[in-house]
Amino acid sequence: MEYTFHWRPVFRNLPDLLEAGLLTLEVAVEAMLVGIVLGLALAMIRMSGRRSISWFATSWVEIARNTPALLQLFFFGFGLGAFGIHLSPFWICLCALSFNNAGYLAENFRGGFQAVPDTQVKAARSLGMTYAQAYLRIVIPQVLRIVYHPMTNQMVWSVLMSSLGMLVGFRELTGETQFLASKTFRIFEYFLVTAVIYYVIVKFILAGSRVLSWRLFRY
Amino acid sequence: MFEFAQASQFFTSFGLSDLSFLAEAAGRTLLISVVSISIGTVLGCIFGWLLSVSRWAGAATLGLFLDAFRSIPLIIQLILFFNFFPIIGFPLNPFAAGTFVLVLYTSALVAAVARGGIEAVPVTTRRAGRSLGLTYWQDMRYIVWPIGLRAVLPAWAGVALGVLKDSALVSVLGYVELLRASQILITRTQEPFVILTVVGLFYFALSFPISRATARLERRWQQ
Repeated sequence: MEYTFHWRPVFRNLPDLLEAGLLTLEVAVEAMLVGIVLGLALAMIRMSGRRSISWFATSWVEIARNTPALLQLFFFGFGLGAFGIHLSPFWICLCALSFNNAGYLAENFRGGFQAVPDTQVKAARSLGMTYAQAYLRIVIPQVLRIVYHPMTNQMVWSVLMSSLGMLVGFRELTGETQFLASKTFRIFEYFLVTAVIYYVIVKFILAGSRVLSWRLFRY
Repeated sequence: MFEFAQASQFFTSFGLSDLSFLAEAAGRTLLISVVSISIGTVLGCIFGWLLSVSRWAGAATLGLFLDAFRSIPLIIQLILFFNFFPIIGFPLNPFAAGTFVLVLYTSALVAAVARGGIEAVPVTTRRAGRSLGLTYWQDMRYIVWPIGLRAVLPAWAGVALGVLKDSALVSVLGYVELLRASQILITRTQEPFVILTVVGLFYFALSFPISRATARLERRWQQ
């Protein structure tokens, strides 16, 4: 082996990497929040059964699930450029990740809502609850239990997918790593450290989700 | 006007020959996916079986190794291995390096699925089989395999579809598959919207039939 590892440039730039890691986390969380809102809306539209609008939700879900995330990212990056819409790398990443998250979450939400029988709402109504009460106290807590684990998974995917931002010039963790590595040509060393940072971020999210689930689903 | 006339000579528009170029690239996407998924599935089943039978130390070591592939972005895995092979004096071309990483990535995902499938079979059922005189491997073949397969086939199909789509990332290493081909065409024709739409349709055509077929199979097995 003629290669000598040089770790010093990596550790000297570690603060930059960690800062970029925060940016990764930021865009992933924001895309997740937007994805939850849009995903709920899509699930509602699909369940409403109105042909005039449900085709829109269906095609969104199918496109998000059946094409690569990277293609969706390029669509927001280069595709929209054909119409004179030029987003900044951050917005490209946020839009594409939200689009993707919404498509996957919509299906999870739909499954969750369908798993709660309609008769429970009727029972709650006949006990004197309003619709809002029935949903807030009976349906939502059960749906949340069903979709909690898939949502955690999607959050992890959101972090992993944000690494694609590198390819549209967004300097989140991967983009920053690429930038720094190209200055020093210590590609392997840089990406190994970045891999460790991603691993820690993902483990952190999974642990946080588990702690939260203890509090949420105590009974 | 003059500038436009000149520019139009540099940038020829999207034509029929480009469509066959994309179709060829779609073939390469399919090739790398099929190779990675089939080898990765076999490996993943072995890993899954090892996880289900090993004691905690073995499970922890193998689990940690496989977990890393699931917790690190694929793009980083690709760049890491592509740059690691020359370090050990064994440079690989983009296809080989991409396949290597995709195989490990698939096997890590399949291992979790396979383990779930094995554990989905009630222990009592397996004990009953063993008491009837089946050997360990007969029990695996005739009891665990059919029951476990039904339990996890949808999950496996999800993994396979994911790998098919994630194979787009091999373009980063320079392997000219569907997405890389689209980048080449966009550079030449300057028509990103049309080309990305066509490429999207190609991916959709590869992925949608599989997802529909598994959904139908899943429904039929539930009855």
